[in-house]
Amino acid sequence: MAKIIAGVATSHIPAVGAALDNGKSGEPYWKPVFAGFEKSKEWIEKIKPDVCIVVYNDHASAFSLEMVPTFAVGCAAEFPIADEGWGPRPVPPVKGHPELAWHIVQSVVTDEFDLTIVNKMDVDHGLTVPLSLMFGQPTEWPCPIIPVCVNVVVYPVPSGKRCYMLGKAIRKAVESFDRDLKVVIFGTGGMSHQLQGQRAGLINKEFDTRFLDNLTRDPAALVGIQHIEYLRETGSEGIEMVMWLIMRGALDDKVEEIYRFYHVPASNTALGHIILENKN
Amino acid sequence: MSSLSREYDDLPGTTVFDADMARRGYHLNMFCMSLMKADNRATFKADERAYLDRYPMTEDQKQSVLKRDWNGMLALGGNIYFTSKIAATDGLSFQQIAAMMSGSTQAEYAEMMLKGGRSPDGNRSKSEWKNRG
Repeated sequence: MAKIIAGVATSHIPAVGAALDNGKSGEPYWKPVFAGFEKSKEWIEKIKPDVCIVVYNDHASAFSLEMVPTFAVGCAAEFPIADEGWGPRPVPPVKGHPELAWHIVQSVVTDEFDLTIVNKMDVDHGLTVPLSLMFGQPTEWPCPIIPVCVNVVVYPVPSGKRCYMLGKAIRKAVESFDRDLKVVIFGTGGMSHQLQGQRAGLINKEFDTRFLDNLTRDPAALVGIQHIEYLRETGSEGIEMVMWLIMRGALDDKVEEIYRFYHVPASNTALGHIILENKN
Repeated sequence: MSSLSREYDDLPGTTVFDADMARRGYHLNMFCMSLMKADNRATFKADERAYLDRYPMTEDQKQSVLKRDWNGMLALGGNIYFTSKIAATDGLSFQQIAAMMSGSTQAEYAEMMLKGGRSPDGNRSKSEWKNRG
């Protein structure tokens, strides 16, 4: 049977991808950011997942305002890299796992989460930056990736509680897939940041630290956080943290924190990262 | 206006991209979306006014784009992930437009971020901004 063995959360800041792509990762500003992922790269190299499910949000790349799915699962065999206005990132195309992706859709929709099925989708920095941080710069990504795309841009966006429950439904789906696969689930985006308006640049280290602490030991305390609290306390784009709760919902209630990294600033953002393993 | 609760209206210096804004800004944002293609970026740069006239945007929206009034675009229904495509077309980074939107120079803004960013203290409600004058 397939099994989710661990969860990874990380911010997906576009400037981090640009720094790597343009050979700036050794510069004093970026060096600590990439150093913070050295242990994580070693960890995932050792774990060798067969598939990664990457929960992220599209930033007006694949989905404009023409269609805005709340939760969408990428079921394609391959996902091209999006041109976000300065040409596509020079990273390998993302290979999917159509069989498991469709299985997740079937199981999760039966569980009353009405997912959108996507068979053609360019993937943007929201998905590729976490891959770069965890896998570096390979000529091919080491395993198939299932993109799970969440609308956190156009309100109304899903609640943290809904996201957490979706994580549980995804876990159930994976565990009913009749093939021995080691699956790692990524929750991406966050942490505190605001990219727009006069309040741009907001960072709330205290909130972020508490969020990281509770992600490990008391996720129930995070599930009830309302949109207004994310907006007020963590900036308008801090709302992305609801996606971390999908990852957390897909894990055991009790998990082991393997690693954590927090760094301010990465461009406009507090970069947060955590690795959680199921104990069994 | 929607009848749903809009507690977020009290957030200072923040536009929440809700249903009202998404309706108002549809064509503005779809114009921005077109800038994801290199050919369109070149056509836009060659004659911005003519390019904007292809879209059924309001005159205010067009002026906000021509003037690169980043906060103005947001107030007229622009969404930051869409308007940032204009910034990318201009060769500006997210941090550069964030500095402009918050009314600081790039150097001041970068310095604020290096010092840990803008604190939530004093920045949680409109009344806090009003009181500081």
